[in-house]
Amino acid sequence: MRVVDRIVTWARLKSPWILHFNSGACNACDIEVIAALTPRYDVERFGVVLKGSPRHADVLVCSGPVTRQIKDRLVRIYEQMPQPKFVVAVGTCASSGGVFDGLYNVMGGIDSVIPVHAYIPGCPASPKAIIDGVVKLLTALESGQAVPVERPRIDYNPMGENENLIAPEQLLRSPQKEEGPSSDVL
Amino acid sequence: MTDRDVIKVPLGPQHPALKEPGNFILSMKGELVTEMGVRLGYNHRGIEKACEQRSYLNDLYLLERICGICSHSHSTAYVQAVEEIAGIQVPPRGLYLRTLVAELERVHSHLLWLGVAGHEIGFDTLLMYSWRDREVVMDLLAALTGNRVNYGFNTIGGVRRDITDEQKLEVLKATDTLEERTKYYAELAGHETTLIKRLKDVGRLSKEDVLRLGVTGPTARASGVSRDVRKDDPYAVYADLDFEVITSDHCDVYGRTLVRVGELMQTYKMIRQLLTQLPDGAIAAKAPRKIPKGQAISRYEAPRGEDFHFVRGNGTDKPERVKVRAPTLVNMQAVSTMMKGGYLADMPITLAAIDPCFSCTDRMIELRDESDTACGEYSWPALRQLGISHHRALGIDFTELSKKLASRRDRV
Repeated sequence: MRVVDRIVTWARLKSPWILHFNSGACNACDIEVIAALTPRYDVERFGVVLKGSPRHADVLVCSGPVTRQIKDRLVRIYEQMPQPKFVVAVGTCASSGGVFDGLYNVMGGIDSVIPVHAYIPGCPASPKAIIDGVVKLLTALESGQAVPVERPRIDYNPMGENENLIAPEQLLRSPQKEEGPSSDVL
Repeated sequence: MTDRDVIKVPLGPQHPALKEPGNFILSMKGELVTEMGVRLGYNHRGIEKACEQRSYLNDLYLLERICGICSHSHSTAYVQAVEEIAGIQVPPRGLYLRTLVAELERVHSHLLWLGVAGHEIGFDTLLMYSWRDREVVMDLLAALTGNRVNYGFNTIGGVRRDITDEQKLEVLKATDTLEERTKYYAELAGHETTLIKRLKDVGRLSKEDVLRLGVTGPTARASGVSRDVRKDDPYAVYADLDFEVITSDHCDVYGRTLVRVGELMQTYKMIRQLLTQLPDGAIAAKAPRKIPKGQAISRYEAPRGEDFHFVRGNGTDKPERVKVRAPTLVNMQAVSTMMKGGYLADMPITLAAIDPCFSCTDRMIELRDESDTACGEYSWPALRQLGISHHRALGIDFTELSKKLASRRDRV
């Protein structure tokens, strides 16, 4: 590792600023993220500061499964963050979709939309688990295991890439199909 | 006033003042808000539909995750409705424990609100203080139910965990600590100029507007409307408890603060009564897997207002319909009335004052084809087609079966 890289890594580790984004969560993980910032757990003493703007943040802390309506917002916020950027998925829903997996308005975990660097399980993830997850991410950064993902802009496709469903546009633009009984009976 | 004078300021879905995604469009004339439009639905997951595909017991854990702050409210409202359909008599001890957790949840929710309100007015010290005290009740909830949030305490027919004598003492001890702290907040709300000047006359909602808009919970009580399901239509063991409905005539955010702090004091009173009156016996009755045909509604006073559940059973182990109406749905409509003539800077605290919970509220979604000029809606055959292809993707296909049935029908 070059000296310059070492200095950059050191600077990155010292004060990770986070942006918290609720991508369709039930609020449980969100209040636990805030609880981690308040006096009992107090991650601010390690330089972790909650920011309001994606342009000030290094780490995007996401909670909840990605709903269809929030998907393009999440991508947009991810795009607005400066490089290098890291994403932490807090909670089971954010990691895999959890209890909401398979619901018609849920895309799945955060990683179905943007790349994720750390997964924190739990329903909800307790503040201790959140701190542990953030520390593990920082340790991985220090040893060079976690690297920011350099990837091109994510093209937004409202129905997802491998979607088995029929796109609503197709259904809406074919009024001639509406007449007569369908041969498919469920 | 021409269109050029009106500036539209969008707020959200991602905004530092909002912890949940919601989009607000404020029409401004100078610094004053003339109109507010709300666009929600970012948290819509499709829970009601999913309930129809899962068993009654699975639904309990799914409905608990409608909202993490008032999770016990939703699960209690749901089990009450299911118990009514099935005709299950919950043992008294089960009802007492259910109410105990409900009141502890109210403490955690109101302390959380106090902190958020402090944060919205730039009084972060209050946020840190009240969230520190909130950890006391979080510890209690973790000890009693096994989880800090999303307790999983209810089951159909009662509760899942009993309380020991040591835990009782712990709860009483913690209640004393919390009461002392809440007294400090009550005193603070009465004297602290920062709070009073920042909250008084902000977000005014008259009594007439409350009645017209059907506002519930602390928001209604702060405008002098004594509306509380615990008193009006007692469920669980509230009929046996001695408590007052706290109201205030301030009709503004300051009144809402006073009501919530006053409610906290009543809640401590109730917790003590619950623990001293706690009867012995079983904590749960055995519930059948299949729930008979029938329908029931259930009302519950959540920390934010009246939570309403409707359940219809069709004799199988899965409900035919579950409908949830959360308190924020009605309170949200009052926010635009509160905002009219207010300052933009007061928007976060006015919104926070109703204690909004969008994940509770987002129960429906409207699909639109925005590329088309006409408003696009799913026609019935198109929606049916979508359902068929969705289930086919999951491996459920009845095409062969329906063909067989059709050919049999033809033969007959």
